Amino acid sequence: MKQVNKSVPKIDGMGLAKGKPAFTDDLADSNAIIVKVLRSPHAFARIKNINVDKATKYPGVECIFTHKDVPRNVFTRAGQGYPEPSPKDKFILDEYVRYVGDELAIVAASTDEVAEQAMKLIEVDYEVLEPVLDFEKAENNKSVIHPEKEPYTMFPMGFDASKNIACTYDMHVGDVDEVLKNSEVVIDKTYYTQAQAHVAIETHSSTAYIDHYERLNIITSTQTPVHLRRIIGEALGMPINKIRVVKPRVGGAFGGKQQIHGELFCALVTLKTGRPSKCIYSRKEVFESSFSRHAMRLNIKIGAEKSGKLKAIDLRVLSDTGAYGEHALTVFMIAGSKTLPLYNKVDAVHFGGTVVYTNHTPGGAYRGYGAIQGNFALESAMDELANKLNIDPLELRKMNMIKEGETSEIFKIMGEGGEGTAQIIESCKLDYCLKRGSEMIKWNNKYQNKNKKVIDDKVRGIGLAIAMQGSGIPNMDMGAASLKLNDDGFFNLLIGATDLGTGSDTILAQIAAEALNVPVEDIVVYSSDSDLTPFDCGAYASSTTFVSGNGVKKTAEKMKNLIISEGAKHLKIDVSDTIFDGKIIKSKDGENSISLKEISKGWLYNYGQAQKQLLAVDSYVGKKSPPPYMAGFAEVEVDTKTGHFDILNYTAVVDCGTTINPKLALGQMEGGLLQGIGMAVYEDVKYNKYGQMLTNNLMNYKIPTREDVPNINVEFADSYEPSGPYGAKSVGEIGIDTPPAVIANAIFNAVGVRITDLPITPEKVLLAMKKKQIK
Amino acid sequence: MIIDEYKKPQTIEEAYSILTTKKNSQIIGGGAYLRLSKKHISSAIDLSNLKLDFISETDDYIEIGAMTTLRELEINEITKKYFNGIISNSIRNIVGVQLRNIATTGGAISGKFGFSDLITALSVLDCKVILYKAGAVKLVDFINQKYNDIVEKIIIRKNNQIADFQAIRNTKTDYAILNVAVSKHTNNSYKIAVGARPGIAIFAVKAEGFLKTVDSSKENAEKAGLIASQEIKFTSNFRASAEYRQELCKVLVSRAICNINK
Amino acid sequence: MKIKLKINNQDKIIDIRPDEMLLEVLRKNGCLSVKHGCDTGSCGACTVLLDEKPILSCSYLAAKAEGHSIITVEGAQKKVEQISKYLVDEGGVQCGFCIPGLVLTVMSMEKELNNPSEEEITHYLSGNLCRCTGYSSHTRAIKKYLEEKK
Ligand SMILES: Cc1cc2nc3c(=O)[nH]c(=O)nc-3n(C[C@H](O)[C@H](O)[C@H](O)COP(=O)(O)OP(=O)(O)OC[C@H]3O[C@@H](n4cnc5c(N)ncnc54)[C@H](O)[C@@H]3O)c2cc1C
Ligand code: FES
Ligand code: FES
Repeated sequence: MKQVNKSVPKIDGMGLAKGKPAFTDDLADSNAIIVKVLRSPHAFARIKNINVDKATKYPGVECIFTHKDVPRNVFTRAGQGYPEPSPKDKFILDEYVRYVGDELAIVAASTDEVAEQAMKLIEVDYEVLEPVLDFEKAENNKSVIHPEKEPYTMFPMGFDASKNIACTYDMHVGDVDEVLKNSEVVIDKTYYTQAQAHVAIETHSSTAYIDHYERLNIITSTQTPVHLRRIIGEALGMPINKIRVVKPRVGGAFGGKQQIHGELFCALVTLKTGRPSKCIYSRKEVFESSFSRHAMRLNIKIGAEKSGKLKAIDLRVLSDTGAYGEHALTVFMIAGSKTLPLYNKVDAVHFGGTVVYTNHTPGGAYRGYGAIQGNFALESAMDELANKLNIDPLELRKMNMIKEGETSEIFKIMGEGGEGTAQIIESCKLDYCLKRGSEMIKWNNKYQNKNKKVIDDKVRGIGLAIAMQGSGIPNMDMGAASLKLNDDGFFNLLIGATDLGTGSDTILAQIAAEALNVPVEDIVVYSSDSDLTPFDCGAYASSTTFVSGNGVKKTAEKMKNLIISEGAKHLKIDVSDTIFDGKIIKSKDGENSISLKEISKGWLYNYGQAQKQLLAVDSYVGKKSPPPYMAGFAEVEVDTKTGHFDILNYTAVVDCGTTINPKLALGQMEGGLLQGIGMAVYEDVKYNKYGQMLTNNLMNYKIPTREDVPNINVEFADSYEPSGPYGAKSVGEIGIDTPPAVIANAIFNAVGVRITDLPITPEKVLLAMKKKQIK
Repeated sequence: MIIDEYKKPQTIEEAYSILTTKKNSQIIGGGAYLRLSKKHISSAIDLSNLKLDFISETDDYIEIGAMTTLRELEINEITKKYFNGIISNSIRNIVGVQLRNIATTGGAISGKFGFSDLITALSVLDCKVILYKAGAVKLVDFINQKYNDIVEKIIIRKNNQIADFQAIRNTKTDYAILNVAVSKHTNNSYKIAVGARPGIAIFAVKAEGFLKTVDSSKENAEKAGLIASQEIKFTSNFRASAEYRQELCKVLVSRAICNINK
Repeated sequence: MKIKLKINNQDKIIDIRPDEMLLEVLRKNGCLSVKHGCDTGSCGACTVLLDEKPILSCSYLAAKAEGHSIITVEGAQKKVEQISKYLVDEGGVQCGFCIPGLVLTVMSMEKELNNPSEEEITHYLSGNLCRCTGYSSHTRAIKKYLEEKK
């Protein structure tokens, strides 16, 4: 392998560092109409009347839309495949507002200031309704959040709006109650995970214009351009052949930009005025009015023998999807489907639960996507079991975890909202990950169950967890690519795949270069343009390297064969006697040869009737979703007087198959780990009793700074996934999964208290310690 | 924030006259906090041209001009030299270099923010605020009263105090959950200020009184911490509960005293 | 109101509103490397150099900048390239949105701190948030840059 498993510098890195205009707001027309959204101050209300007369007359106002002026088509903003696994429960604008920050009216004006002033002139008469702010009391609440009749689901998912239920799911293998009853030890615990905000540094941004073909062009910071085109068409009741969606560079996304946000508003304004418009969310809007991670309550029961052998796992989840059901079903299912197969040798397993509507900011896709929530519960409970049995947590994992060549029935049972796909695990280096990680952090020297030494009020502890994710959605997600040969022998690689800063343009170029045996510089990438690039479902579900990567590999192999077959014709030799080494097309004996440089020129300019454009297109749909695996370890030092703790070291050993670009894979891991640490320790979306978000800015919602970074050590296991492009699996999400459980386990190891609700704040640690002392 | 007109007066008299004659006029220090407000300001009075950007030292005092940025205050050799560098230490974690290059000493004092680290630190020093019209005012009085005036500078008496600053933050650059400053005179009298309760810094008078009568052992430091935590009022907000702040107060006060007596 | 200032070594006279922030003014005047990331002075994406010192252009009134000299990434391409080479090589540029602001802060750190330790580096740069990289690659790159510059 020459071009893959190689740290090629990210192809757009230098241009971005030098500040080249590349993001949505940089590309918007300088005269674009400013689109602002008037948002609800109430958690739940019905609009009795809305009067925009004064506002419309305000000088500089272009147009204003309320629910009376927009098409009433019910849709979901989730940005998923089709048929969508999320309830269709959203209108562009509605007579109900269902959370603080929900859209009331769209105001288009010449400047920000005019739009702000005009918004103040809109008169709204509300019938304020009793909001549902406690997700544990949402089901069957007398306040019904979606009383309207249109919402529906594209396939059965237990949706029952009259009970505030977005969806339900239940599955089992064996008789869990029976096995639990007969288990020698049972851990029965409840954990809570909080809503987390994505905090991509670029806020949600979109801009629209009508081109000279009179088509609507949308440039937007999105993960899913093709789904977006489909959804915009559906919401506006407009044929999608009139819409083009272009994704420029995206300033971070992490799942937050899978859903659609301001695009619809820009589209409405530009369609009405014929003029360019742009909608750049404020940070407050991103916090309050986009999406956050689904908060969950997870009840888990683990039954085991005294030896530590697991017998049964029962996981019951209640998830808060907020006001709308984007990703309600799938995130919740993944809390089970991407955690429970870790322990595949149990006699019985059960997973089930409910996703409820509340009057909170909607839940949405977020890196980790349910797996991080499930992992916190499962891996905390495993630690509790180890402690109860007085077994080293490392040994408990080794005894029970999944191994190469094995499977889990869950793969077949649970999929993207419906049935899954059976698969045998062909690459799983968890045993190595645990072994290597424990060496790196010196587990055996440091893990001590009792009698910790306190020095200067400080005591140390160590914890671990294992995790898995997936690589795309099998039999559903598709990635396609095309390669065009140009004169001088370089190629255009066109891909629908969406680079969010992850570096996918670079690694896909590397894969094409590898297949063609050419230098990466000879692959010129253009991506994510719904008119120009082939289909790709978008960047989510850890799909890009595996799904789009396989698509690119197939395409490049096709191009290679084309070059060989067409080259053979030109050289007048037999195809079976022709080889292409990346530079030269030649017969095996080398007698006949021509360089790609030369032949490519001839094919385009002067071979007469033999002139032709070489173009290859292919696509790939996964037959399986090979999970990447990892082991995470952390050492913490707790101040026993304040509860404050430092994470001294975080060690991660990862099996993501071949790392196509080791430096970029490392970046995915380090970034994912720190986001996971953020969720574990610092980040918490909080509301007051009226449902107003208290943490709606970066002064109150704190993400880790560079001074909060522990010493992070990441290593990759030597692993090769046969179904992946050059052996690769995914690496984008897995990094985020372990920190909550690892840190909770390390804190327990240090001071003997178990924090079961995230985030693990110094306050919770100290107060738990005090409570324990009193006992 | 809306500003109708922006003025950069050449003299402090002129600045004062705009401030007192124009309704809804406002002094601009760094402007970093003001911009977060929804205020409608008629005349913004920028003090940049008044040469209030200085840190100097006389025989008895350190003088800090109102337009001195927090960053200058942090890295200046004079402020670092005295009182065990408490001034510099108290502000070094405020957001980042870029914000500290904007925010001014005058703004940080006049804002009278509950979370203020600088006010907590200055409270335990012999610090006066020099106002253009009202003249020299003790820092506590400045904090507790309303002035429609301009802070020209603050002056701090150089009196061989030893001092220590402690704070607990969530992430390293977050607002403090609680901050504590303690100083000790040669005559064994202590000053203890506790801020970000989340209210603005107040003194732990009983704990100060207790320390006057006892020796500087660790046990007495812990007792003083306990007394301080019981005499001071804390409230809860989304950063922390009153209960946790009370615990922190106990520990931070005692640690600051121990550091001083090391 | 009209103000006079230097942007990237060019004298300019610019018409602004008295309450306009420097960030908007710079973007309107072609400095698109200056990014808007928050509304509260918390993220550092809008960092520019004002008389060689890093400030948050989102929290600085344009009127206050009258008479001062401002440098953005557009006006320091060569230096930016020198520093960024290390960032790119270490995988420290993911989405890239935070990078122009970071690089400018690194430029001033280089002037202010002599031979900084890792702790001093992260402290100096702590006002520049990055959500993609986890920062470790930045630290590796900047240490290498300072080392090799010697
Ligand atoms: C994101 C963020 C986080 C922060 N975190 C912290 C923190 O953790 N700890 C902390 O201590 N501080 C913190 N601060 C506050 C900061 O330290 C300054 O106190 C604040 O920015 C005010 O300084 P300024 O110069 O910007 O004042 P301005 O915004 O210009 O003014 C603030 C107030 O003071 C008045 N004023 C200014 N100068 C004078 C003067 N000379 N005479 C009379 N009145 C005057 C103004 O009219 C205004 O009412 C934070 C600020 C921000 C924006
Ligand atoms: S835009 Fe975030 S600090 Fe300026
Ligand atoms: S690279 Fe994306 S925020 Fe730093």
